[in-house]
Formats: sequence, structure tokens, C-alpha cells
Amino acid sequence: MSRLLILTVALFLLHAGLQWVEPASAGLAAHGQGPRVGVVFDLGGRGDKSFNDGAYVGAMRAVKALGAQVRFVEPGEGSDREAGLRLLAAEGMDLVIGVGFIFSDDLTGLAKEYPNIAFAGVDYAVALDGQGQPIQPPPNLAALKFREEQGSFLVGALAALVGGSKKVGFVGGMDTPLIHKFEAGYRAGVLHVCPDCTVLAQYAGVTPEAFRNPGRGKELALSQYQQGVRVIYHASGSTGLGVFEAARVQHGLGIGVDADQYDEAPGFILTSMVKRVDNAVYDAIDRVKAKKFHGGIIQFGLAEDGVGYVYDAHNRALIPSQVHDRLEQLKADIVAGRLQVPSTR
Amino acid sequence: MISVRWLHWADLVLPPLVALAVALVAGDLLILSYGQAPGSVWRLLLEGTWGNSYGIGQVLYKATTLTCTGLAVALPMRAGLFNIGAESQLAAGAFATALVASLLPTATPLLLAAPLCIAGAMVGGGLVGAVPGVLRARYGAHEVIVTIMLNFVVLALLNWLVSTYWHVPETLHTPTITSGQMPRLSQLFPQFHGSAANWSWLPVALTAGLVQWALQRSQAGFALRAVGFQPLAAENAGILVGRVWRQALTWGGALAGLGGINFVLGYKGYYEDGLAGGAGFLGIAVALVGRNHPLGVVAAALLFATLSQGGLAIHALVPKQMVEVLQAVVILAMAMAVPEVRRLLRTALTPRRRAP
Repeated sequence: MSRLLILTVALFLLHAGLQWVEPASAGLAAHGQGPRVGVVFDLGGRGDKSFNDGAYVGAMRAVKALGAQVRFVEPGEGSDREAGLRLLAAEGMDLVIGVGFIFSDDLTGLAKEYPNIAFAGVDYAVALDGQGQPIQPPPNLAALKFREEQGSFLVGALAALVGGSKKVGFVGGMDTPLIHKFEAGYRAGVLHVCPDCTVLAQYAGVTPEAFRNPGRGKELALSQYQQGVRVIYHASGSTGLGVFEAARVQHGLGIGVDADQYDEAPGFILTSMVKRVDNAVYDAIDRVKAKKFHGGIIQFGLAEDGVGYVYDAHNRALIPSQVHDRLEQLKADIVAGRLQVPSTR
Repeated sequence: MISVRWLHWADLVLPPLVALAVALVAGDLLILSYGQAPGSVWRLLLEGTWGNSYGIGQVLYKATTLTCTGLAVALPMRAGLFNIGAESQLAAGAFATALVASLLPTATPLLLAAPLCIAGAMVGGGLVGAVPGVLRARYGAHEVIVTIMLNFVVLALLNWLVSTYWHVPETLHTPTITSGQMPRLSQLFPQFHGSAANWSWLPVALTAGLVQWALQRSQAGFALRAVGFQPLAAENAGILVGRVWRQALTWGGALAGLGGINFVLGYKGYYEDGLAGGAGFLGIAVALVGRNHPLGVVAAALLFATLSQGGLAIHALVPKQMVEVLQAVVILAMAMAVPEVRRLLRTALTPRRRAP
């Protein structure tokens, strides 16, 4: 018994002694003269190879190029989202960024409470009022939205041009307006270069589970390939890994989404529709530094380098140069406004 | 002579103390491995939690949910049953309370709405808890397997209900409720401004006291503890063991469901998919550290809430995962300390008994 007491007391004494230890490297690593930026990640956190990692890359680029001082917060459970944003705002950061649509409500509330701090929300969901009109975010809150339909248009045109088949495939995750945007742009791109083509569009489900169901993705993709489809574009999170698996089995081609997904199935990925979250985050920090930050809905399309498609050493062999020229022409047309891409089906 | 009473208390209190000491030293070493000073990190953790009223409010908010899920594990544990289902019971309670609140006419007086919403939360969680209770009592199905599996079923079902029938477009939450909202603490005490703390802590604290009283003083509590100590003996003494099992798991579920009011009525005003966020599973650790004792559960909930909120505060110096490692160290140290303390207590007692 007394041994246990001695052990406990010894542990507490050891703990007390360690409080005086001060390693040379201790303290906050404060460096750079640029704006102070706080970033709160979505629950997925870093290492998702997509959204959160994109925000991280953009912020780190701002650290190097703009001397920004960045702090990251990874929330645990739901109430930590607001707590994380609030922690950063209370510290008097110049800019606080929430990564993911789930931050929308929390950002709106905090932006009203801290009118002198700039806020930005990646994929911020703009609420609609009674008449269906969008409610503008507060003046110090930038809603960073992406024109996914424009990037999808280009990969749709690419799929029709190199597929060598009149049938082109699409696999969506959850059947929601957000994903319909991808489908609408893709379909328009296919039909623009090949009016008599048909697009087979299927969705993995109606719940968020549909973004995490590779088995269902493979099933849908296999049936599409067997119907004569050569290229399938997916907008379905990790469900898309099943689409790539089917491409490997059927020797078809898949198109990735959000990030460059070449590594998921090398040789079977035609291209990826990339969403440049890094550019949007960097741009927001740059605006704060240049004192040009303003709130409102900010769209990142082809013109702003917010969306695009991958064309590099990996897939150059799959894309003939005249097809690439055609795509660049289409891109220029969209940027110049000569070509309108629908965002709804 | 060591009195039996003293031994009882030593058995209850010593293991958490040892666990805490082990965790603190482990934390020191972890912090040093990151090249930071333990003193300043702990100070930052305390300043961010108990150092200002906002931090206290956040700890109180988190501890309220954890108390409920901790009780949900502790109560069946006293009957010898291991409830792993607090995660889905919490979610079901939250969903049920949002449902009740949205069915009530707009601006129903709080004194009428709150009891109805609280009852809804407990019924919602209790229904989920009753399933393993009935299966255990009637068919002998092991409650660990049933509650684990039921977590998947219930969470998927709620997810489907919310995302298919009852959500605000572009979100995964229900519309905001128009009655039954628990006022925030900041309405009465402006210092708490911004924190999620709300009056849900009051019914939860009362419930913890009530559970304590029921366990120690009521007939049902006696039957429950008797079954927990030795089911066969209890059965021979005329206690309906199956009924006790059924009631323990149902009430456990109801207690977890009660935690749902903290988020739905007190904080956001809506049910959101994934709101449980691991609080149900953390409830197992809370019950373990709280020694399955309602008041211990409250203390353990405060400890884990402090660590959780403190994790955000020390994020500038060390990764948040450090706090998760610390929680794990507390749990492991507890698991080892309980039998070790028991053994040492027994050896401390035996020679004295032999003495003339």
C-alpha cells in the first residue's frame, strides 16, 4: 500500500520537476511580417489528398511568398468548429478561414460578431431567403465558391474527343444539386463537341455514404463500360476509387475529380478535373496583405485558375496535341464569355 | 486498523489519482519530445479552459454531454452489462428532441416545452437502449455485440432520415427549432459570451444526482447492484434478473439520449448528422475513470472536457493529437491501476486481520 503511495507521490514530484525544463526550441515559432492567418480544417482534416490538403498547400505557399504567419486548427467534434474559429478570431488574426461548407453557419455568426476581422469560407453554402434569392454574406466574409461546371465542361469535351465511342459515362456520389453541377457541365461539354453522343449519368446514392462507397462505384462503372462507354468521369469522393478499379479491369479510362488522381490508377486516368482550393486560399491571403480584401460571393472559375484539368507528362500520351489545342480553345471561349456553361441540369 | 469505510474510498479514489499522475508525466515527456516546455503548455491548457469564463463555459458544455454518455455506460455496468451503444443512443435522443421541438407550436412556453423535449430525448435514446436489453433478457444475445451493431444501424437510419426527408438544402441539419430552446448561460451571465454553455447542465446534473440516489437508496437500485455483483445469487434471492437487465440498458439509453438536448436545445437549435462526434464512445472512458459512480462520472466528464477543450488551446505549441494520446494514457493507466490498487489494498488488509 505504502509503495503505491510513494510511487504516486514520486510521479507527481517528477511531474512538478519537469515543469522547470525549458528546451531551447520552446515557444511560438513566430516568423514573417505578413498577415496573421488562421485556418480551421474540416473534420476530415489534413491528409485527405483533396480539400483540406489543398487549403494547406495554399496557406503554406502564402507563408513562403507573402510571409504570412499561419496557424492551423483541426477540430474534433461538432462544437469545436465554432470554438476553433472563435479562438483564432479572439487572438486578433487578420484572416480566419474555414475549410468546407459545414462552416457556413458558424462563419456567418462570427463574421457579424467580429466585424474588423476578415473571414473566408471555402465552398461556403449561401443560404436562400423566402423568395429563393441568395442571402449575401456579411461584408467581411468572403464566400469562396468554385465553378465546377466549367472544369467539368472541359473534361466532358475531352472524354467525347478521345473516347472513340458515342457513349460517355458519369458517376456521381450523392444525388444533390452540388453534384448535379458537375454533371450539367460535363454533359454540356460532351454535347458541345459531339451533338449525337449520349451521356450515361448515374448516382451512387442519396446519402453522404454515397461518397464513401467504392463497391457501388465499381458496380455502376462496370455496367457503363459494358454498355460501350470508354471514358467515365466521377464526382463521388472515394466511391470514385471503385470507378478506377472498373477502368483497370475493363481497360477503360476514368477521369478524377478535385485533386490530380493519376496515382490512384496510373495509366487508366485520362485526366482530373482539379479544384484549386490552394489558389483560392492563397488569393484570399494575398488580398488581405494588399488590403484589397472584400466580402461577398467570390467565384473561382477557369478565368481565375480556380478549376481546370490536368495535362502533364503522365497523360500527354493519351491526349493528342490537336485535342489539347481544341480544349485550350474552348477554355479561352469560356473565359472570354463566348461560351456559357450551364450549372443546373 | 484500517476501517472498511476508508478502504472503500481508497479503492474508489486512488486509481484515478495514479492514472492522473502517470498521464501527467507521460504528457510532460510527449511535450518535451516536441521540443516545447511542459510548464508553458500546461499553463496554456489551463488558461484556455479554466482560465477564463469562455473556457469554463466550453468545458461545462462538453462535460454536460459526456456526463450523460458516461452515465449511460456506468448504470448498465453496475448491473454487469457493457453498453457500447451510447454513440447512437445520443444521436437518437438528439433526433427525437428535435422532432418533438419542431412538432410543438411555435413559441410554446419553455416551462412546458422543455420537459416535453427532455422526455422526447430520453424516449428516443431509451428505445435504442431497450433493443439490446430485450434481446439480452429474452434471447441471451450478448449486449456488447448488439449495441456495437446497433450503432451502425441507428446512425445510418438517422443519416438517411435527415438527408432524405428533413434537412435544409446544402446542409446536413434539420431546420432550426422554434420552441424548446434552452437559454444560453450568457443571457444571464454575459461573461460566458460566445461559449456554447447553456442551461442543459441543470437537468443533467439533477439526473446524475437522481441516478446516484436511485442506485444507493431505491429498491430497484439495490436489485440492479445485486445482479451486477452476482446474477445467480440475485436470482435465488427472488430478483428477476432479465427484467433488471432490460431496465438497466433501457435507462442507460435514456441517459445517453438526454445528452442530445445539450446540442439540439441548448447550442445549435437543430439536429445535425454526426453531432455525437465520438462523445458516446468517450463515455466508456468517462465511466471507467469515474469508477461507474455517478458523481465520479461527473468529475471524469469535467476532466475529459478539459482535455478536449484544452487540445484546441495548446494547438499553437503541440499537435492536437497529443491530447488524444493523453486521454488514451489516462484510460490505460486506469485499467491497470484498478486491479493493482485492489491487490495492494488486499495485502495491506490481510496481515492486520491475522494479527490477534
